Amino acid sequence: MELNSPFDFAKRSVLAVQEYAYLSVRSLANLFRKPLYMADTIQQADLIGVGSLPIVVLTGMFTGIVLALNTSKTLEQFGSLSLTGRLVSFSMVRELGPVLTSLMVAGRNASGMASELGSMKVTEQIDAMRALGTDPYKKLVTPRVISTVFMMFFLTIISDLVGLVGGWIISFSMLGLDSTQYWNAAYQALHYNDVITGLAKPLVFGFIIATVGCYFGMTTKGGTQGVGRSTTQAVVVASVIILAVDAVLTQLFITLS
Amino acid sequence: MPPLDASMPPFDDRTNGRTNDRTNNDRNPDTVHKAIIFEDVVIGFEDIQVLDGVSFELRRGETKVILGVAGSGKSTILKLCLGLLKPDSGRIYVLGHDVTTMTEEELFDLRSKVGIVFQESALFDSLNVRDNVAFRLMEEHLPEAEVEKRVRESLSFVELEAAIDKLPSELSGGMRRRVGIARAIITHPEVLLYDSPTGGLDPITSTTIIELIMKQRDVFKTSALMVTHRLQDGFTLASHYFDPASKHMKSSDGMPSQDIRTSFMILREGKAVFEGSAHELGQVQDPYIKEYIS
Repeated sequence: MELNSPFDFAKRSVLAVQEYAYLSVRSLANLFRKPLYMADTIQQADLIGVGSLPIVVLTGMFTGIVLALNTSKTLEQFGSLSLTGRLVSFSMVRELGPVLTSLMVAGRNASGMASELGSMKVTEQIDAMRALGTDPYKKLVTPRVISTVFMMFFLTIISDLVGLVGGWIISFSMLGLDSTQYWNAAYQALHYNDVITGLAKPLVFGFIIATVGCYFGMTTKGGTQGVGRSTTQAVVVASVIILAVDAVLTQLFITLS
Repeated sequence: MPPLDASMPPFDDRTNGRTNDRTNNDRNPDTVHKAIIFEDVVIGFEDIQVLDGVSFELRRGETKVILGVAGSGKSTILKLCLGLLKPDSGRIYVLGHDVTTMTEEELFDLRSKVGIVFQESALFDSLNVRDNVAFRLMEEHLPEAEVEKRVRESLSFVELEAAIDKLPSELSGGMRRRVGIARAIITHPEVLLYDSPTGGLDPITSTTIIELIMKQRDVFKTSALMVTHRLQDGFTLASHYFDPASKHMKSSDGMPSQDIRTSFMILREGKAVFEGSAHELGQVQDPYIKEYIS
């Protein structure tokens, strides 16, 4: 295997960041330029939003269940079992709902976008689109970005709700807590800025998922092997960026509040 | 610098019309008679120089067959014409527009006048034949009836009306190539670019494709660049004409009145080593070209 010099590696990395920034800016700038490809956007919203619903519901449900089970053990030692709802709701809404939903959607959709656009790239369909006078960024990238950002918002709300229901099932059936007690604690745990934090994060994560997926798709090289490589890279990079940005956003919202 | 004589075209012909004392910026290329002009075009990818100072002109109504071994830069020329790639240096004029200085947005308009048939057809695999052929018209939001009419017209030209509802995966290689031609000609472009249109096809299907290219050349007088590594395709184009009465190609032997308007260019290691007619190609003494065409 050929070894690359550190200079070449640095050059390629800077170029990749530049290309990613260009794609991201262009995907946003296209929002203000016609045509808007509403049909493509709705189709993508269906694929990303409705298509991801089962996996998001399952993830949210099991996360709520596991949260209730784990926290109850600790809370029981301090005689504060009634605070289970509070811990589940705070953790789900502020952190686990947005992050786990984003990671699930990244696994499903960033890979899907990278493989779909990557296949189009290696079979010259992207070039054909440009040759036919259509801007592939406008037709392919922008609808995916808009629909992912839009659907991530609602998927996260669903995930949060289902997670709370999962926690309630455990609290009610296994911990012997009263339903009203659980939901009251869950409601009181949340402050306005927790909800804002929990709903702002998925918007940023949705943008990351779509732009990273599209970036790796649009820069695919090397035939079917290249498509596979792009697909894997899209999921890995999107997941890592989501976790890194989550840390930054969490600190930012704590500072702002 | 002396002013240009208005009565004379800037280029008389390829060999003696180009003058060294004029720069790219201080004279206008002859876009009335020339559909495409390449001026000293250089392009490389990483460390490989693909085109190294290529210059040629495509007259309006002419078909130029570009020959060369794999990796000689044939397909790159077509992508440069459409502005899909930008040269490292040199100028490229397409229908009077300098594509080397145009933005992607400006190029979208120009591309409506230039059709391209890709090497592997590059059909959109999630769209059926109708939607592939109609792609550009639908992007322009033409009325449904007009789109349907023109799609059927284009598919009828390539004799593929029966496949209108099929997906690309359901078509043979030759049929895909014909759909690619139908998609390229639906806007009645002034220039057509064919990238190895017969590559990987059997001889009979190849002849069908060449006949379609000939039909486009002789019926619609479209200027065209055809990239190929199959010499026989070029010679068939140069020695036959399309007969509308019989709807088949016929040999032009003994019919000097037939205006074939087909020329050849051979690329070698990024340079154009030959440019001329089929007759001139047959007379050439260069050992490399002689070996190439033998």
